[in-house]
Amino acid sequence: MSFKFTEDNLLEIERLKKRYPAPQALCLPSLWMAQYQEGYISLEAIDAISQVTTIPAMEIYRVATFYTMFHLEKSDKIEVDVCKTLSCKLCGSDEILKHLESKSDIKINHVECLGSCGTAPVMQINDKNYENLTNTKVDAILKEL
Amino acid sequence: MRECQIVSRKFHIENACTLRVAKEHGAYNSLVKLKEYDPQHITQIIKESMLRGKGGGGAPAGMKWELMPLDDKKPNFLVVNCDESEPGTFKDRQIISKDPHLLIEGIILTCYAIKAKAAYIYIRGEYKEYQEILQNAIDEAYSAGLLKECDITIHRGAGAYICGEKSALLESMEGKRGHPRLKPKQKEPEWFFGNATLVNNVETIATVPFIVKNGADAYRAYGTEKSPGTLLFAMSGHINRPGVYEAEFGTNMLEYINHYGGGIKNGKKLKALIPGGVSCGVLTAKECEGLTLDYEALRSAGSSLGTGGMIVMDEDTNMLEALKNILEFYHEESCGQCTPCREGSGWSDKIVGRILEGNGTKEDLDKLFELADIMNGKTICVFAPSISTVLVSFISKFRDEFEAVVS
Ligand SMILES: Cc1cc2nc3c(=O)[nH]c(=O)nc-3n(C[C@H](O)[C@H](O)[C@H](O)COP(=O)(O)O)c2cc1C
Ligand code: SF4
Ligand code: FES
Repeated sequence: MSFKFTEDNLLEIERLKKRYPAPQALCLPSLWMAQYQEGYISLEAIDAISQVTTIPAMEIYRVATFYTMFHLEKSDKIEVDVCKTLSCKLCGSDEILKHLESKSDIKINHVECLGSCGTAPVMQINDKNYENLTNTKVDAILKEL
Repeated sequence: MRECQIVSRKFHIENACTLRVAKEHGAYNSLVKLKEYDPQHITQIIKESMLRGKGGGGAPAGMKWELMPLDDKKPNFLVVNCDESEPGTFKDRQIISKDPHLLIEGIILTCYAIKAKAAYIYIRGEYKEYQEILQNAIDEAYSAGLLKECDITIHRGAGAYICGEKSALLESMEGKRGHPRLKPKQKEPEWFFGNATLVNNVETIATVPFIVKNGADAYRAYGTEKSPGTLLFAMSGHINRPGVYEAEFGTNMLEYINHYGGGIKNGKKLKALIPGGVSCGVLTAKECEGLTLDYEALRSAGSSLGTGGMIVMDEDTNMLEALKNILEFYHEESCGQCTPCREGSGWSDKIVGRILEGNGTKEDLDKLFELADIMNGKTICVFAPSISTVLVSFISKFRDEFEAVVS
């Protein structure tokens, strides 16, 4: 299998190249593009990013594994990121987690502070924050998806 | 309590995130000053205002700006730090989602002062929703011809707390792992691909328009002598009305909590409070009495102001659980470069976990103090020393609770 950036992404890459003093800066932006394009970051995509950024593929791989939001494997389940850090814990994230664990068709990730401590407990699904959670609210949100 | 609206003035105005509404309420008015002042003059005003960095450290902004070379030999850059990952902190997102044009205005002024033609906003990956609002505002600013002198590009992080540290942030922008760099011996700018670069927090830059427009004295009219101005303080945890409310430095902490936060949830009593994100030492309810919200007061109370994001804990809070929770965070987020941090964050998490399960011994407590000592002052960045502060403050202040469960 080979990987090719879409036309739109190639245009975006060209636009961004003019914005930075060196092509290596396109590492994170192109990792994001690849992940949105395929749902995860494949080894083939890493080769393509290596071409864009002039960074060796091995190094791109090392970088990608450093950041928790990059997925190097495909997943068919809905990813639910639940904040388990202090403010959320004080406001009942343990119960939300327990409630979510009873569901089968989702993958739960216990993540660190999502920057929504004032509206805790919080979870994030597909880049969207769901705040002030209760078990009933969680059920309604999952049903909507 | 004096109402302060230097940064939060447009927060409650509907659609203030759009250029039209923002302009109706005075956005970009400060730019007229660019015709009057040369770059050095703007830096001078910022210096006189004694504006302090609002990302956690409180470093005087003007002094950092002065380090930027203005000789045009190489390009200069501005990087705005919107990584906002310190647990308990959620203020920068208010600015970028409610009044993004204020940040853009601040960026234009700052770029002029440091002669930068390009600015980047490094935003944490989890803020995609707010990033879109900010990008819309930037697009509007481009269409309105406001960004002829400097480009603004959003650079998205991908979930690594340590990338909030300014040198790790720049490594990350250079396409590498977010590993903090060794600190230079002398004062110098940051470097982005070898070019002089200024890194400031979102709120710091969003304060610049007020100061340029109204003058240094207008800013210093708020706050204390050493901590002038205001901060977007925040509250979370066991509080009736958690949220972000701007207040001047020197405000009484408990009055702030009662006035804006409506007191402790469920009519409970305050037990402990972490003043500015989990990296600051914990305070007991007694220590909070009479304490004011400024850098100096919190330092003399043995903690620090940090980001001003207070985490409030009521009388029923289990301090062991709270400490364990914070240690898990550190354990997961250590970048792994320094042995004391990589190993110390893991071991302290493990040992406190063991104590929490009822399998701890008295020696474990001594071991934790030993680990705290090993992690203090022997690492590349202050991440590990923060773990020490947290460990020592929790165990020494709530010693009874820890001793009650160890054998
Ligand atoms: C571990 C660590 C994490 C940090 N995280 C942030 C952050 O999320 N946002 C931020 O603005 N500053 C953060 N800082 C502070 C930055 O290194 C830097 O001092 C700051 O962005 C400078 O801007 P200021 O002077 O305007 O505050 C962090 C520092 C450390 C040591
Ligand atoms: S102290 Fe910890 S986070 Fe900081 S550089 Fe060393 S290992 Fe990385
Ligand atoms: S602690 Fe959960 S969002 Fe900050």
